[in-house]
Amino acid sequence: MLEIFQYDFMVRAFEAGIAIGVIAPLIGMFLVVRRYSLMADTLAHVSFAGVAIGLLLQINPIFSAIGFSVVSAFGIEYLSNSRRIFGESVLALFLSGSLAVAVIILSLAKGFNANLFSYLFGSISTVSTTDLWVTLTLAVIVFLNVVLLYKELFFASFDAELAEASGLPVKMLNIMMVMLAAVAIALSLRIVGVLLIGALMVIPAISAMQYGRSFRTTLILSVIFSLLSVII
Amino acid sequence: MQLEEPYIELDNVSFSYDHNPVLENLSFTVRKGEYLGIIGPNGGGKTTLIKIILGLLHPTSGTVKLFGKDHHDFKEKHRIGYVPQRVTQTDKDFPATVFEVVRTGRIARLGFFERFTKKDTEVVNRAMEISGISRYRDTQIGNLSGGERQRVFIARALASEPDVLILDEPTVGVDIGAQKTFYEFLAQLNSEHHLTIIFISHDVDAVSQETKTVLCLNHNLVCHGLAQDLLNEHILERLYGEHKQRVPHNPNKHDHA
Repeated sequence: MLEIFQYDFMVRAFEAGIAIGVIAPLIGMFLVVRRYSLMADTLAHVSFAGVAIGLLLQINPIFSAIGFSVVSAFGIEYLSNSRRIFGESVLALFLSGSLAVAVIILSLAKGFNANLFSYLFGSISTVSTTDLWVTLTLAVIVFLNVVLLYKELFFASFDAELAEASGLPVKMLNIMMVMLAAVAIALSLRIVGVLLIGALMVIPAISAMQYGRSFRTTLILSVIFSLLSVII
Repeated sequence: MQLEEPYIELDNVSFSYDHNPVLENLSFTVRKGEYLGIIGPNGGGKTTLIKIILGLLHPTSGTVKLFGKDHHDFKEKHRIGYVPQRVTQTDKDFPATVFEVVRTGRIARLGFFERFTKKDTEVVNRAMEISGISRYRDTQIGNLSGGERQRVFIARALASEPDVLILDEPTVGVDIGAQKTFYEFLAQLNSEHHLTIIFISHDVDAVSQETKTVLCLNHNLVCHGLAQDLLNEHILERLYGEHKQRVPHNPNKHDHA
């Protein structure tokens, strides 16, 4: 069994998988309790449009995916706060809109090939060394952000108004949260694929909520569930 | 008689939502040790007033001073403990224990990245004890009744060790039996713990019987003074119009529960 680790690509796959397995549910948990579960899927599709842009411009798709989804995350937060459109409708708009953009760009870039499938369905064994380093670095940043701002993120998710009355910059925290989500999702693209990122972020959180009483325990459980699913 | 230190001072405060005036030229002072009830019809601006005091909304004109400081410069948010209106219907599925919720009361005293200390835990434990919810420490918030959840949010407000406690319609969704103990608890906080209390209610009789001073609000200040002097038919008529029916306030009666 252990001889699979003699192969570099398996080691890389494991390392990247574990990094994503930790951060996806950490972010996913905050999205779920804020009734923002669909944000994960939306940002996944947005990242996919980012990948398409990367293929068209011939830059590493992981970078264009991160850039494009961070910018869109800003747009989503802005439109949801404007109160002119329901938050949910904003997600629907970005989800289908970015998929349409992706399809157009891909046909322009003549990108309908096998490589594309590795982004749609994920391809953990083809993670390159560059991908691995980008993933590990950004995963550590996302992880530290959540750990260091744990009490603020928890408070703002639990009751935004109370948090604001206590002097927390709730709007800034919300923007930070969606940006972290955007980064985490763009990173997961290679590993789990556009179509299943939502599952990796949301399902461990939902499962953990069935067992944990405290937020802390629930969060830790969700990471354990996710790691188990990634490794197995 | 020497006047106590002013905690909250409003001077000519007006507020409008999209050019609809909600509050007009409001001026009053809340001093240390007061137990103030704010009454008025729905849409009369009670909650807006509270949001202005909390800094969640900014007045269109006029000045607000908190503890002697202009509200723009006021940073010691922990000095005002706030119990919002909708606590009895907060998210029932949110995975958090009573302890975790009460502990958020300490956040106003901590900086970013700062971790909770032993002292924070001690204060949180004491706040839960005062509020009578220590035994629910590790219970998930969604599994409590309306009255219990009410106390959790009061404990949360107390955990910031405030000087002023503001409660917005605290008895909505709490059964009558629990209301009685709740009012006793507030009176005790005011007299024994020397907490200044501001308490919003649509229940005129509860306010007149439980609080010391009353402020009647219907876009502007209709009255402000000692509870027993003020709440006569004449004032109520001005506040609610002529057909206000008085509903007897009797928290001792369990018939309705």
